[in-house]
Amino acid sequence: MDHSIYTDAYIRGILRATRVIAMVGASANWNRPSYFAMKYLQEKGYRVIPVNPKEAAAGTVILGEKTCATLSEIPVPVDMVDCFRAPDAIVPIAEEAISIGTKVLWMQLGVVNEEAARLAEAAGLKVVMNRCPKIEYGRLSREIGWLGVNTGIISSRRSRAI
Amino acid sequence: MKKPGFETLAIHAGAAPDPTTGARATPIYQTTAYVFDDVDQAASLFNLQSFGNIYSRLTNPTNAVLEERVATLEGGRSAVAVASGHAAQLVAFHTLMSPGDHIVASRRLYGGSITQFTHSFKRFGWDVTFVDPDDADNFRQAATPLTKAMFIESLANPGGVVCDIEAIGAVAHAAGVPLIVDNAMATPYLCRPFEWGADIVIHSATKFLGGHGNSMAGIIVDSGKFDWSAGAGFPHVTEPVASYHGLRFHETFGDLAFAVAARAVSLRDLGPALSPFNAFLILTGIETLPLRMERHCANALAVAQHLQAHPGVAWVSYAGLPLDPYHSLAQKYLPKGAGSVFTFGVTGGYAAGTRLVESVEMISHLANIGDTRSLVIHPASTTHRQLTPEQRIAAGAGDDVVRLSVGLESVADIIADLDQALAAL
Repeated sequence: MDHSIYTDAYIRGILRATRVIAMVGASANWNRPSYFAMKYLQEKGYRVIPVNPKEAAAGTVILGEKTCATLSEIPVPVDMVDCFRAPDAIVPIAEEAISIGTKVLWMQLGVVNEEAARLAEAAGLKVVMNRCPKIEYGRLSREIGWLGVNTGIISSRRSRAI
Repeated sequence: MKKPGFETLAIHAGAAPDPTTGARATPIYQTTAYVFDDVDQAASLFNLQSFGNIYSRLTNPTNAVLEERVATLEGGRSAVAVASGHAAQLVAFHTLMSPGDHIVASRRLYGGSITQFTHSFKRFGWDVTFVDPDDADNFRQAATPLTKAMFIESLANPGGVVCDIEAIGAVAHAAGVPLIVDNAMATPYLCRPFEWGADIVIHSATKFLGGHGNSMAGIIVDSGKFDWSAGAGFPHVTEPVASYHGLRFHETFGDLAFAVAARAVSLRDLGPALSPFNAFLILTGIETLPLRMERHCANALAVAQHLQAHPGVAWVSYAGLPLDPYHSLAQKYLPKGAGSVFTFGVTGGYAAGTRLVESVEMISHLANIGDTRSLVIHPASTTHRQLTPEQRIAAGAGDDVVRLSVGLESVADIIADLDQALAAL
């Protein structure tokens, strides 16, 4: 599929179906972008499990969740793998995401890896690249409009559910 | 909805029914501050980790509707509303510039902008070089290693000059800096600078966006397309920000970075917040922007054609006239009309110009443009009087120049009023 543009229905479908997100490259540092996204997604009702071998070795708990060293270590089914890693680190993450049976491979803003996308799609996963689930959730709920952002949403409904 | 039309967006973009009350018109959230659920939620908001409101100097729900409305109409990514067009310029440049940095700007800007750039910006240590915008190469020649932005008006006030946005944008990008376009005279109904390579659009929403001469407001719109990390060096957008404990805006907010930095640092610390009541009035004005701009342009063309044939008028500078030197640029950038502000020269120079503005009966002699009412001014004795005679001529505000902002009255009445005033010279 064309990864330069996603329909609202595609992103909305992913965010509605997802409950558990594994965040690869999560940081315990409050002013890192991954921490921003994890905190926001938790507020919206998602369970976010941090994955970071260094933090796992130190036994770090991030926002109430114990950090895992790898995706395979996560003891519950994972719906989405969200990658806060450099583009050249994504292929092995995609392979592991496929092996644990996750349904979505999501790469963050600035992260594009076509090979990883092809692998994941061939295994039946949905793929999103170069987007942030926090920003997309905020856009579809129109919350990000509070910051003057063009949400692209025209609606005569009261509800802000995504 | 597939891709809503401009008229639909002018009414609906950014505005959904109020989730609490169902109010369909945008409520005026006349409040300074917003309660926190708990300390943790407050911390998330102060850290910029959650979307929400803290204090109306930073964000306000009524202002946010205006911001999203204009961001959408311009085809931009995000916007920041402030108290005036001048505040929009100050906040935009404060986000880009450090002391010693440099701007290349058109010398045909609105006189108030030339004064702001020349005198007040200098006190921040920001240098400005003004160039003739008719040749894009002038911008290239004036650029230095410290240049951080190039600035033009899409349709210049008061001269009727149309800038070649695409060519000047290419020069700016070659220099690694954003092109900032003041689009107040054209509005996004007539011209959308982002489609021609502009990176930031500035508005005095006081003018045609509001359109009724009743409220001051300014807006900064970010296209979201400029790569701040690859450009000429924009530390306030890309580097750790001390007042947010080392947060980097570009890394954290991606294509929202410039607008977030402008709001979270420059608007927060300089303080020119927009009143939500003004935002409401500007929003109401924008709902009829397409209809008003159509009529403004039609009336302006009729008045310009009439003046051109008048014996008391030496010349008319309106890009909507077929023989105007800027007509071909206007056809490219403003195909739906060349706006409703233009200048003409009265035979009899300075004295005739001042007498004309004192002789009109319905048309108002005042320092504004973009009102339902027709407005007239003699720039040399008013808006441009702070400039030197050379600057005045360069800005299109010489002694004989009269500026009209053609309103929405019956066009025959506008013409009749000008005729009786010209007859009195």
